[in-house]
Amino acid sequence: MPYTNLLRNSRIIMKRELAGYFGSPVAYVFIVIFLLLTGFFTFYISNFFEAGQADLKGFFQWHPWLFMFLVPAVAMRLWAEERRLGTIELLLTLPVTVTEVILGKFLAAWCFIGIALVLTFPLVLTVMYLGNPDVGVILCGYIGSFLMAGTFLSVGSMTSALTRSQVVSFILAVVACLFLILAGFAPVTSVLSGWAPVWLVDFVSATSVLSHFASISRGVLDLRDLLYYLSVMTLMIFINGVILQNRESA
Amino acid sequence: MIEVKHLTKQFGNHLAVDNISFTAQKGEILGFLGPNGAGKSTTMRMITGFFPPTSGTVIIGGDDISTRSIAARRKMGYLPENAPVYPDMTVARYLDFCAEIRGLSGAAKRNRVAQTIERCFLSTVRHQAVNTLSKGYKQRVCFAQSILHDPDYLILDEPTDGLDPNQKHEVRLMIREMSVTKAIIFSTHILDEVDTVCNRAMIIADGKVVADDTPKGLRRRSAFYGAVLLTVHGTSHADLTDSLGRLDGVASVSEVETKNDRLTLRIFPKDADLPIADRVIASVGERGIDIASVFVEQGRLDDVFRTITTNQ
Repeated sequence: MPYTNLLRNSRIIMKRELAGYFGSPVAYVFIVIFLLLTGFFTFYISNFFEAGQADLKGFFQWHPWLFMFLVPAVAMRLWAEERRLGTIELLLTLPVTVTEVILGKFLAAWCFIGIALVLTFPLVLTVMYLGNPDVGVILCGYIGSFLMAGTFLSVGSMTSALTRSQVVSFILAVVACLFLILAGFAPVTSVLSGWAPVWLVDFVSATSVLSHFASISRGVLDLRDLLYYLSVMTLMIFINGVILQNRESA
Repeated sequence: MIEVKHLTKQFGNHLAVDNISFTAQKGEILGFLGPNGAGKSTTMRMITGFFPPTSGTVIIGGDDISTRSIAARRKMGYLPENAPVYPDMTVARYLDFCAEIRGLSGAAKRNRVAQTIERCFLSTVRHQAVNTLSKGYKQRVCFAQSILHDPDYLILDEPTDGLDPNQKHEVRLMIREMSVTKAIIFSTHILDEVDTVCNRAMIIADGKVVADDTPKGLRRRSAFYGAVLLTVHGTSHADLTDSLGRLDGVASVSEVETKNDRLTLRIFPKDADLPIADRVIASVGERGIDIASVFVEQGRLDDVFRTITTNQ
């Protein structure tokens, strides 16, 4: 059965990858920095306490910008590291398909970011202690944030396969993520809206993570937003596979 | 059986592997020899399915590596050059991972991993992270990974590289031991290794197979194969060279050196398979000359290697 194989092999690779994260300092550094930065932005920039609102808007609104840097930092090693160490040669000559390997690695990294997100739970507890927040909206915020992280991760995984230098991979991924964010940023769309046809403006802003993230974190789980995230991820993972299968060097 | 058919790999303008064809049967230990950059590793990478060939195919036990890739890879073990292993995994964890991905689980997996650790002498470093190991141990971990699933076909890219002489010996013994039931292809720079391990040697240069023979067959191509190196006491045997040259079966005689009141001659036979040492000894004895030493040359692989890979 091809699907049972896919699940089985991806799971084994995912398990190894996750163990790899927590076996090295990378995981702990990432989690600590992520938590510190979210805390800093939420409390000092968004003035969480002074705002007097029982929601996590001031927390989620920073996620696109934080993930823009932190997710490529996780993604950059996915393939570049394998190529640098030469371990890619063993990995891709095992009896597994490229899809299984990519999915396994991608899901491991996504899971890892998910764990970092879950660790922000004290904030949720604080809001619930202080007021009566809409739990549904908070849940949606987390879902939106997680999907956005996955989207950035798929971009980073793809750029990581392009090069054996982690720095190059990181920079390419940051720029790509920046584009995905800025395409929906009001100042950018307003520059376009002066002269470009409406459909073009709509199209550009529709490619943006920001607009989809905003609508989900308002508490609206729209199928179109889900579809957007899933299709960007699928596309990136597909390109990732094409790059790996057409590489001309280790 | 490993069937390699018209395998070609082009990197841009550079033809790395140029139309290589051969087959390797079970029981064969096929040594790949060749200068650096000759295309040995590229050929191995195509055999193992890491690179797709530009043209040509590889068939592993009936399964094409391009079209039935997974089935073909299941039957193969591969040790890449420089033995790449995840540095922050422990030896046991790494082999566990390899066993799982090869479809083993539960007690079967545990037994196989334990067995392989034992077999590759890794028991003492079982719980050590790979990046704390010496080159020799790393090489053995990677070797362990390649034989873990008891594959029918083994592709080893410089398996003894970086090992000390004792470890080299161990690995060679292991290869020989396993060859009964497997077809093994391995590459090396060490020519002695070909003599002691392989029953077939292929020399690759500029992406082409330039020689495919038994190690003995290759040595026969050496100019010195079967020549008699004779050292006699005294240096003033003016006509010795001529009289030896007239002996039946002798092609030519050349003077090698005169040192410490001894004369050394090299006598080349007409046919390397018809020994001439007995006649040489008898003839020298009849003349009452004392023989200091006689040595029949076996031919030197490095001579052959140099001749074949540089004079084309």
